[in-house]
Amino acid sequence: MTIAGFFFYVFSIVTIASGVMVISVRNPVHAVLFLILAFFNAAGLFVLLGAEFLAMILVIVYVGAVAVLFLFVVMMLDVDFSELRSGFTRYTPVAFLIGAILLGELVIVVASFTLAPGAIQPLPADHITNAEAIGRVLYTKYVYFFQLAGLTLLVAMIGAIVLTLRTREYAKRQNIGRQVARRRGDAIEVVQVETGKGLS
Amino acid sequence: MYSAIVFLPLAGALIAGFFGRILGDKASGILTSLLLISAAVLSWIVFYRVGFHGEEARVAILPWIAVGDLQSSWSIRVDTLTAVMLVVVNTVSSVVHVYSIGYMSDDDMQPRFFAFLSLFTFAMLALVTADNFVQLFFGWEGVGLASYLLIGFWYHRPSANAAAIKAFIVNRVGDFGFALGIFAIVYIFRDVSFDTVFAAAREKQGIILDVFGYKVQALTLICLLLFMGAMGKSAQFLLHTWLPDAMEGPTPVSALIHAATMVTAGVFMVARLSPLFELSPVALTAVTIVGATTAFFAATVGVAQNDIKRVIAYSTCSQLGYMFAALGLRAYSAGMFHLFTHAFFKALLFLGAGSVIHALHGEQDLRKMGGLRKAAPITFAMMVIGTLALTGFPFTAGFYSKDMIIEATHASDAPAAHYAFVLLAIAAFLTSFYSWRLIFMAFFGTPRDHHAFEHAHESPFVMTGPLFVLALGALAAGYVFAPAFIHGDVAQFWRSSLAPVHEAGPAAEAPIWIQALPTIMMLAGFLIAYVSYIALPGIPAWTVRNFKPVNAFLVRKWYFDELYHVIFVMPYRWLSRMLWVYGDGAIIDGLGPDGVSARVLNVAKGAVRFQTGYVYQYAFVMLIGVVALVTYFAYPVLASYFAALLPHRGTV
Amino acid sequence: MPAASSTLEAATGIALQQYLTVAAILFTLGVFGIFLNRKNVIVILMSIELMLLAVNINLVAFSAYLNDITGQIFALLVLTVAAAEAAIGLAIIVIYYRNRGSIAVDDINSMKG
Repeated sequence: MTIAGFFFYVFSIVTIASGVMVISVRNPVHAVLFLILAFFNAAGLFVLLGAEFLAMILVIVYVGAVAVLFLFVVMMLDVDFSELRSGFTRYTPVAFLIGAILLGELVIVVASFTLAPGAIQPLPADHITNAEAIGRVLYTKYVYFFQLAGLTLLVAMIGAIVLTLRTREYAKRQNIGRQVARRRGDAIEVVQVETGKGLS
Repeated sequence: MYSAIVFLPLAGALIAGFFGRILGDKASGILTSLLLISAAVLSWIVFYRVGFHGEEARVAILPWIAVGDLQSSWSIRVDTLTAVMLVVVNTVSSVVHVYSIGYMSDDDMQPRFFAFLSLFTFAMLALVTADNFVQLFFGWEGVGLASYLLIGFWYHRPSANAAAIKAFIVNRVGDFGFALGIFAIVYIFRDVSFDTVFAAAREKQGIILDVFGYKVQALTLICLLLFMGAMGKSAQFLLHTWLPDAMEGPTPVSALIHAATMVTAGVFMVARLSPLFELSPVALTAVTIVGATTAFFAATVGVAQNDIKRVIAYSTCSQLGYMFAALGLRAYSAGMFHLFTHAFFKALLFLGAGSVIHALHGEQDLRKMGGLRKAAPITFAMMVIGTLALTGFPFTAGFYSKDMIIEATHASDAPAAHYAFVLLAIAAFLTSFYSWRLIFMAFFGTPRDHHAFEHAHESPFVMTGPLFVLALGALAAGYVFAPAFIHGDVAQFWRSSLAPVHEAGPAAEAPIWIQALPTIMMLAGFLIAYVSYIALPGIPAWTVRNFKPVNAFLVRKWYFDELYHVIFVMPYRWLSRMLWVYGDGAIIDGLGPDGVSARVLNVAKGAVRFQTGYVYQYAFVMLIGVVALVTYFAYPVLASYFAALLPHRGTV
Repeated sequence: MPAASSTLEAATGIALQQYLTVAAILFTLGVFGIFLNRKNVIVILMSIELMLLAVNINLVAFSAYLNDITGQIFALLVLTVAAAEAAIGLAIIVIYYRNRGSIAVDDINSMKG
């Protein structure tokens, strides 16, 4: 067994173990932490596959952003531990069975297929990094998808803001529209003041 | 003129029916009565011209049915038989119309009443002027309908409604046979016109039909089926149950329909079809037996009834039996003559009874009457005249006609003649008894119910006037018309309207004791009634106490209603209930709307359990779907994998 | 299984199928997480992230063994979408918690019919 093979097994087993823990620990904070562990090990797997750019992106985006977001929400919501029911209902055996069937089928399919002879592409002649390889196609051949991904993120951002925004009526804010629509007649009143009398 | 006779009453019915509310009560009554009196006058003119001067007529009105070989047009046939019936129907009907102006003066639906009376008259006229079977059937059904409408005239009373339905249904049973008879006529003769059928009858005598494995002579079958219709319409034995209940209708209705006209439609029909009946001795015997049995049966029941109208109703039933017996013994002219005279005195009796009821403000129970002859003398006199005519007092109308029939039963050598003779003679005795019983209980003695008696009064002229007219007929019709109808040259009077019967002789040479027998019976009945109700008034009560079963048997009409209830009504109800609950309810509704809706609910309830609201359960269901899809698409791969696996296991 | 026609396999001794197996197991774990948990809704979101991770592994593995960069591009885009969806999902959970006061899975059944 080579070193790469050894690390493959390490990463795989830890990933799977973390996955199991994610879905079975009681404390949701622990669950998020195990999710982060799973992401890291998956990134390790990616590195083994030679996709180091993607691995780092995985760490930055998933762990740095998504998992942190999960943590924020988990900690913000007031989750009462004592109330958490751990439960296996009467559906559990059936669910396990169905899941096992699914897994079994997936594994069988995976084990029985063969690659078509022409599927394997030739490697590029020069040795380039993963980042450059991705860059070669991302901004040329797949530029539209790239832009769409950006738009997707924009929409998600707007959506998240719109969903959670709470306006406080008592906070003082500017209403630009109202300001701009102000007329001279609303703001100014010309009064003839006699000397010595004042406004009163 | 012939059309006028038939259609004037129809015009009266339509005007009173549709515009009665505008015209008002009195005007409707007067208008319809006037129209009918005109028709009656025209009828008498026609009677003289046709009967005594030999003018027959066929008046075509319009073509009606033309289907393949079957052609039938609406035409009015006027021969002697028709003319006799026209006179009877129109005279009695006009008298009843005038009478009703007075009798129904308190009612608030008078225009409707007069419209129905005129409608009935029109239907009856259509029946007697029919020139073919289909037209006859139209009139037949029309009078049945009018009878239903008039019996149930006071529709607020449930008993009246029930009686009307009973009449209609029992009639229907008879009409069923009648319709089958007409179908048989069409099948055999291929035509429905009377002339054609009568002319071809003799040739068809030998035709044998196969009915459910039995071989019957076609003409016998036809005549029996047609007679079944007559039994229903004329309330003969077995189909008589509707007639007493029909007394729920107003008294003028009983007088018109159930004394003089509708119930005589059966007699008329048999007489009209006499050329056919002549060719079937079996049918004639059946007619005789049924008629004689009815005469006897109805008379026995009439003896025990306490409602004044019911006594007269059973009397009608009995007298109809006389007529049928006569017809069955081929004494057609005697039967028709009895019909003619009976119309007068029976209508007189009914209207007189109506006058009695009117005088006592609605009381109909004989046991509550008494001593009326001082309070209502004219009514008393009219009723006595009617009773004399009914029982056959010498020289009244009934004397001639009734005696003629009894003599005919003695003289005939038909198979059922002796049976008929005995029964008819006994019936004559009973007729006299119950008729005088009625008179004695109502008009003589001390009043049994003082309250009603105090307000008793004579009826107005508009009611007693018609009584006079009828009394005249009851007294004189026999003496005046007997020579033409039965004694003289009968063939010259009736001509081809009745089947020719050549043995008119023997009846005139009946032995003296036969000629006197009806009179003897009448006197016997009178004496027994006098003794029982005037001389020794305790006898009836003693008889009832000591002969309770017999009395019950008679009062309950030989338990026919109960018998029919058990035989027909209860099984029918049971069957209807079964079909309703199981057939309609369980099967049709169950498999149809109710079943479908219940299953939909069941399925929906089951399906609703999927909608738990828990997203993870929805996801689980999706997962099952995904697994199924994957299995389906990956099946070849999976199968080959397991196939490849098996040899391994084998070798291990 | 194919012969060592791929350089990666020759180099590391790990076949494509093994990576795919890992991905399959992770995917199944994510599926289990969706309907086996009774705790709270956040675990469902995390299970979804696990599933998406499994898909990513799958894509990248194929890309590596087929020498086709398209798989990684696709994985990048999947990553983007996963992040966006996680954000929106969490926003919804926050709102839901604000309105209902509970995120226990058993309490979220207002769609019951």
